Amino acid sequence: MTAEELQALRTRLEETLPDGAILEVQESGALVLRPDALLEAGRLLRDEEGFDYLSNVSGVDWLDQNEFEVVYHLYALRRGERMLSTGQPDGAPLATGPSPENQLSVAASAEAKRVSAEGMLGPVVLKVRVPRDNPVVPSVAGLWSSALFQEREAYDMFGLQFEGHPNLKRIYLWDEFADHPLRKDYVPEEA
Amino acid sequence: MGNIEPELSPEQILELEQQGVLLTSGEKLKAIEVLYNWGRRQSMWPMMFGLACCAFEMMAAGAPRFDMGRFGSELFRASPRQADVMIVCGTVNKKMAPMVARLYNQMAEPRYVVAMGACACSGGPFHEGYNVIQGVDKIVPVDVYIPGCPPRPESLLFGWIQLQRKIDGQRIQDVPWYGKDGETRECIIPEYGPHGLVLPEKSEG
Repeated sequence: MTAEELQALRTRLEETLPDGAILEVQESGALVLRPDALLEAGRLLRDEEGFDYLSNVSGVDWLDQNEFEVVYHLYALRRGERMLSTGQPDGAPLATGPSPENQLSVAASAEAKRVSAEGMLGPVVLKVRVPRDNPVVPSVAGLWSSALFQEREAYDMFGLQFEGHPNLKRIYLWDEFADHPLRKDYVPEEA
Repeated sequence: MGNIEPELSPEQILELEQQGVLLTSGEKLKAIEVLYNWGRRQSMWPMMFGLACCAFEMMAAGAPRFDMGRFGSELFRASPRQADVMIVCGTVNKKMAPMVARLYNQMAEPRYVVAMGACACSGGPFHEGYNVIQGVDKIVPVDVYIPGCPPRPESLLFGWIQLQRKIDGQRIQDVPWYGKDGETRECIIPEYGPHGLVLPEKSEG
């Protein structure tokens, strides 16, 4: 993703979101958002900018700053298809064979795949920070279903509370487990 | 072999070793014990038990190139009731540990456990992990340890022959599990606790 594309997105977000929703633009291009602006930003990116794929939800424990961070990686996979439907294809002649329809669909899907791979946009990295003693983050599971399991994992490992998640319970460790092992202050039991 | 009750003479032992019937020496064995052990050690059926990457080496050992069938062990059983040996090949994590102990308890005597790979022996690279048992010998008794990460099939076969040697030296009156009054070697099944596994006071029946 180029700097210009990112800048355009940032401008778009700044125009739409309330003032102060974007706390910081990091050197890597990651946007640090206020937690209460996350859902609005996500809805805008998904519905109007085509970021239909949430590939990653990660937790980070900043023990020194007494904060948890949640990182979201977003991709726009369908940009290529939109380009295919609106733009001009190369116009390469299709091979004629025993079953022209079949040949046509194979060629069309190959073309779609090529354009899709080239036209994929991302990742857009969003970050939110919450205090360690009250780690409540709005759940994006309503926007991207792929967040369902990943937010459960982040809850399992860090104890992050995703508000609005339909089934927030442990995914790897057993239900009786009380700790969150990827927290920096976690002390494993003596074997 | 004549009378099966008396212990074999050193000459008879040597002859049996030369014929490949006996693997170990130094034990005073009766003819019936030699026969019994020979039959047991040459048809040990392992339990299908792949926990991690070591399982691939176990599969390779069972496939034609290394061919565990040469040692009478090509029949990987899917049920603990039909298995003689549990090859614990891979990382035993705490969520899996109760199942490992329960499967061991469900096996019929005589039963043996082979800990294959660094993880099953000691926890391996995950030794300090929050969810890893530091060696399967913390929950079940282990007969043979095979180091390596993962061990090659040759290592598994060597460990297998070591187990056969161990079986070959067993005397029926000494083994704990033999006979009606035999000891029941039940393992305590660990339970999930708030900070890891807890061992209940009494074992599950």
